[in-house]
Amino acid sequence: MNPPPSPDTAARPPRSRAIPELRAGWGYADVSDKIAGIVLSGRFGWKWWTAFLLACGGVLALLVAVSWLLVKGIGIWGVDIPVAWGFAIGNFVWWIGIGHAGTFISAVLLLLRQRWRTSINRFAEAMTLFAASIAGIFPILHLGRPWFFYWLVPYPNIMNVWPQWRSPLVWDFFAIATYLSVSLLFWYVGLIPDLATLRDRAGVRGQRGAQVAYGLLALGWRGEARHWARFERAYLLLAGLATPLVVSVHTIVSLDFAVGNTPGYHSTIFPPYFVAGALFSGFAMVLTLAIPLRAAFGLQDFITGRHLANAAKVLLATSWMVGYGYLSEIFTAFYSGDRYEIYMTVNRWTGPYAPVYWSMLACNILLPQLLWWRRLRQSVPALFVLSLAINVGMWMERFLIVVSSLHRDYLPSAWGMFYPTLWDWITLFGSIALFVWLFLLFVRFLPLISMAEMRELVRDSAKGKA
Amino acid sequence: MSAGVYGLLAEFPSADALCAAARRAREHGYTRAEAYSPFSIEGLDGELGGGRDWVAPATLVGGLLGGGGTYFLQWYAAVVDYPINVGGRPLHSWPAFIPATFEITILGAALAAVLAMLVQNGLPRLHHPLFEVEEFELASRNRFFLCLPAHDPVFAPGPALALLEDMQPMLLREVPG
Repeated sequence: MNPPPSPDTAARPPRSRAIPELRAGWGYADVSDKIAGIVLSGRFGWKWWTAFLLACGGVLALLVAVSWLLVKGIGIWGVDIPVAWGFAIGNFVWWIGIGHAGTFISAVLLLLRQRWRTSINRFAEAMTLFAASIAGIFPILHLGRPWFFYWLVPYPNIMNVWPQWRSPLVWDFFAIATYLSVSLLFWYVGLIPDLATLRDRAGVRGQRGAQVAYGLLALGWRGEARHWARFERAYLLLAGLATPLVVSVHTIVSLDFAVGNTPGYHSTIFPPYFVAGALFSGFAMVLTLAIPLRAAFGLQDFITGRHLANAAKVLLATSWMVGYGYLSEIFTAFYSGDRYEIYMTVNRWTGPYAPVYWSMLACNILLPQLLWWRRLRQSVPALFVLSLAINVGMWMERFLIVVSSLHRDYLPSAWGMFYPTLWDWITLFGSIALFVWLFLLFVRFLPLISMAEMRELVRDSAKGKA
Repeated sequence: MSAGVYGLLAEFPSADALCAAARRAREHGYTRAEAYSPFSIEGLDGELGGGRDWVAPATLVGGLLGGGGTYFLQWYAAVVDYPINVGGRPLHSWPAFIPATFEITILGAALAAVLAMLVQNGLPRLHHPLFEVEEFELASRNRFFLCLPAHDPVFAPGPALALLEDMQPMLLREVPG
């Protein structure tokens, strides 16, 4: 039934032309095979295995720390009165902040039609999912009796009580649960066409197990035009819904503090200040992940200097927003005339946690100013080091917010210090190991760049639309 | 052509060729022709005659149900079922009910959007006659396919074959039903 081959059938398949976000010479088949090949070839080498085994060790340490916590209670941490919120809450705020950039990149940059979103959205969304999941663990562990965490859920129970709807901690539960669910949906919907590609590629390669697994996850996606139209509509709606959600989550997290009447917490700057800090740390983590990824898998053609430089510009802008937050806190403290607010502020500069404060300023405000130089924005090693410094700086900020206010509150006779214990440190580094572990599994089993969107980018660049 | 036939499938090398083919099928009266592509092609569903799409209304309904339900739940719990007098403050303290209402509005709308998309697309459907065509695996990689299905009212084996052949596809296959 084949027609005779005719040499002049329609057009030839397009190849990409060089644009800042994609190098030249890529066709539909090449981008698909390149990205699917990372997963299906199964050649991950000793570097991946070394990282994976190290991460496994860290995850085991975390499991030990959590088990010991469940046995002994939160007394194994350095928390006490007056500092009842220690590392756990600081880690929670830090992780959930990191989890902001993924959805921001996927949703906001999609709505703004930013093309540099295309090759970084998938792994940034994965980063969001993992960071938000890890964040969610900390308040639960912090509960004292973590096994009763489900009491936060409003359900008809034999105790005949309902959650306290006026408490920011209940709002927090709704915010985190919704953020996780919607991020998961957004990520999975975006994955469906790629899972279909993996199903078909695995079939061609004769990898029967992979074909069945990806086939089940792809839900039978065929890429019919009407399906695509509904898919695009649903995806756009999800982006529109996720955009206010991103802003709301860290706002509600900040209300955990701002609603409390503690010096340094009780401030209206907190919601925007937290959201800016979240984007700042999230984009830093995007760079921390993107730079090793493109090197490890040879993805420099897809994740180009333009992507890194744009992320660096976002870092520079959000660094100033965070700086504005710091200034505003200081101004409000002195303007209030409240001696406790003023003392808390001076104590940050000169008190026992002053080294943390000044290191934080160096990492979050001073170092990012280097990004004014184009050469630095184009230097991959410099960006990597800077992104690590910002991650550390933002962790210190979270630590300071939580601890420095509590250790000098309104009752001088109750003032005290917080000293982290070994278990505090194991839990912090264990959570980082868990993040790395999840991320390594993600790059092993799922396409880390959206193939469908890359094919669209190839077409746009070939047509000169780009 | 036997009764057990799903339709005829033609393969094209580019999105533009597929769009042109879809337009011609439409001109020949086909309303249920199917076009398959490895990425979304804007306007292609319109060339085929479109399809109903209630993803957006479903999203609205999902959001309203989620938000309305959550507000009602809070009001019922805080005012009717478990009222607590906190220094004489009002039981129906609506500003404090907004965060949970907002969050579940978004959750309800997002779930509805995805469910509506899947249900309308007839997914999950793990098997489909097209998967019997060996070359169809390229539809998720780099090739573009037009299928004239036998259930289209104007479908007749001879003319359909002639129409597709005239489009000069890279490949032409009969899809077993």
